[in-house]
Amino acid sequence: MKRAGFDTIWLPMALLIPQLMIIAIFFYWPAGWALQSSFFLQDPFGFGSTFVGAENYTSLLGNDQYKRVAGFTILYSVLVTFFSLAIALLLAVKADKVIKGAKTYRTLLMWVYAIAPPVAGFLGILFFDQSTGPLTKFFQMFGWDFKLGVDYNATATAMVIVAVWKQIPVNFIFFLSGLQSIPRSVREAAMIDNRSATGRFWQVTFPLLAPTAFFLLIINITYALFDTFGIIDALMKGEPGNNPMTLVYKVYLDGFRGNDLGGSSAQSVVLMALVLLLTVFQFRLVERRIHYT
Amino acid sequence: MTNLKLCATAAAIAFSATAAFAETEITWWHAMGGQLGEAVNKIAEDFNASQNDYKITPVYKGSYEETLTAGIAAFRAGEQPNVMQVFDAGAATVIGAKGATIPVQDLLADNGVDFDINDYIAGVRYFYADSDDKMIGMPFNSSTPILYYNMDALEAAGVTPPKTWEEFQSTTAPALKDAGYIALSQSHLPWIFTENFMSRHNLPFATNNNGYDSTDTQILVNNDAIKAHFTAVTEWKDNGLFEWYGTGWGDNAKPFEEGKVAMWLGSSGSFGGLLQKDLPFEFSATELPYWEAVTTEPTQTFIGGAALFAMSGKSDAENKATAEFFRFLTAPETQYFWHQETGYVPITEAAYDAAKADGHYDRFPAAEVGVNQLKAKAGDNTKGYRMGFYVQIRDIMNREYGRILTGETDVETAFKTIEAEANALLARFAKTQG
Repeated sequence: MKRAGFDTIWLPMALLIPQLMIIAIFFYWPAGWALQSSFFLQDPFGFGSTFVGAENYTSLLGNDQYKRVAGFTILYSVLVTFFSLAIALLLAVKADKVIKGAKTYRTLLMWVYAIAPPVAGFLGILFFDQSTGPLTKFFQMFGWDFKLGVDYNATATAMVIVAVWKQIPVNFIFFLSGLQSIPRSVREAAMIDNRSATGRFWQVTFPLLAPTAFFLLIINITYALFDTFGIIDALMKGEPGNNPMTLVYKVYLDGFRGNDLGGSSAQSVVLMALVLLLTVFQFRLVERRIHYT
Repeated sequence: MTNLKLCATAAAIAFSATAAFAETEITWWHAMGGQLGEAVNKIAEDFNASQNDYKITPVYKGSYEETLTAGIAAFRAGEQPNVMQVFDAGAATVIGAKGATIPVQDLLADNGVDFDINDYIAGVRYFYADSDDKMIGMPFNSSTPILYYNMDALEAAGVTPPKTWEEFQSTTAPALKDAGYIALSQSHLPWIFTENFMSRHNLPFATNNNGYDSTDTQILVNNDAIKAHFTAVTEWKDNGLFEWYGTGWGDNAKPFEEGKVAMWLGSSGSFGGLLQKDLPFEFSATELPYWEAVTTEPTQTFIGGAALFAMSGKSDAENKATAEFFRFLTAPETQYFWHQETGYVPITEAAYDAAKADGHYDRFPAAEVGVNQLKAKAGDNTKGYRMGFYVQIRDIMNREYGRILTGETDVETAFKTIEAEANALLARFAKTQG
């Protein structure tokens, strides 16, 4: 097979430049600044600043609240990722089987995708309103005195539910197209070998879906860590108080609300390192077990 | 003929355009939304209409925190507004950044506007001043926490508004509970139950003269009086005399407005909004209660709200315009208008006298409560407080108070945590100023 190639190096370079510029301007440049300011404590107006070495980092490690936020972030990401993937997979499998009115079902299930995170957050506020929210009343039926913004666990639950609800359609779309790309012949062959639908799903369908699932896993973890910001911000109603929050939200709070630029920069550097580690881990360990067809 | 007319019109347009350019334009970034924002716009319009040389444009920038952050970012980019509204908790940040603002006292003196700090009512004078009592920020929307009460509820329970927390605890609250009400809610635990707990009882809030004298400051929040107060608050909550609806301001005001809660600790600046809401009951207000066990002579409280700062790096002509705007703003008529519309206190004695002479307090006795409280006896610790990273310190308080009230922690541990975390932040802030 003949390999297509460029005759000179300049054309491909020129074609890459726009993308590289975007990455440089919107990622490397600010990341460099964050790294630099994480070693300083500076007056927000830019008058004074003191080089403090690693103090911004060490004070994070000694801070109980930071550990608490980190703990919540992990729990939150696991819950949001798991439930949004699991529910979306279930819906996709069921929707795949529907023959009549399939399009309507699919459109309805994808609808939520169009909602912006802060709007999802405001819808959450309506659903979980302390006195009139239907979901508040639902939880109260089970004897749980559910109070958004008062009770830590209640607020955490609301944050998870809204984030999962918002993310299901994206996962649903990918799972559904993944399912539909599994060749009919494979399914029919599996049907002969195994009568149990559950067995067939786990032994044949799921491994074939694995590339999609792996991709979604990365997307969902990133979503839970970063993109839920708007939802969390809306549900907090501008006052962090004793509410749970994620690490990204704390970067924003300390930097933009508290004007502690050094501390906030150190936190964002920690987050960058975390994401880097996570990505390496995912590609080194998880992806090896996946077979692309 | 037609051509001539056209020429004349063109000339007229050109002339009026030059006239418009001769006006010095200044901008004012503020955080006053809703009804307060309308009052701000009215003040700006009136100033613009009152003369032809200057034009001020108010711009709403979101919450207090958002306005401050936007102002800082703009300052670093050299795009700062002429006038920026900074709230109480941001005072240390903006005053600490020497060179970011022109002290209002200097600005007025340089531009020939008379200034005497004693024209301002006592509680307002030094909150935004430096350690030498020089006024840095012009107090604008100044409020103080007061106790609003549902007159119908108190009548039904057969009690009068409490003067002390002892009275609240032993008489007022139980009677209100029997009458079917939750006795009390409040909207800002750091402001009402911490900062103003200190000023009301004349207790020191921080070392170095409440932080005015140096940034090498330690917070004094972990004291027995306030711990006893929070222990009492927790007990009230357990006994159904007090309820906490989260950290948000509105969430705690709403049950009072709905008539479920009989008394609500809010801001004197909430008065205008409450009047407009047309509540289903008669309401009035009284001064912030105090503990007789701590003091028998309650002192004046701190002002909350925000001040206007004149940002540096502007031309002399624009600074002159800003000074003229401050002259207009502090005039008794403007202050009285603002006081009437919003319930924020008038910042000068002259404006207070004007309101009194006009019979405003006969019509609305509640409107005078905040002013009286700010004019009450001063103490060593009632001038104000100055602590860096105070927005974060307030967030820490809110977090720990919320945890106390939801049973996640106890009073003793919470105050130790607040003290330790706040002191760590203060030490960090001192380094930012180095």
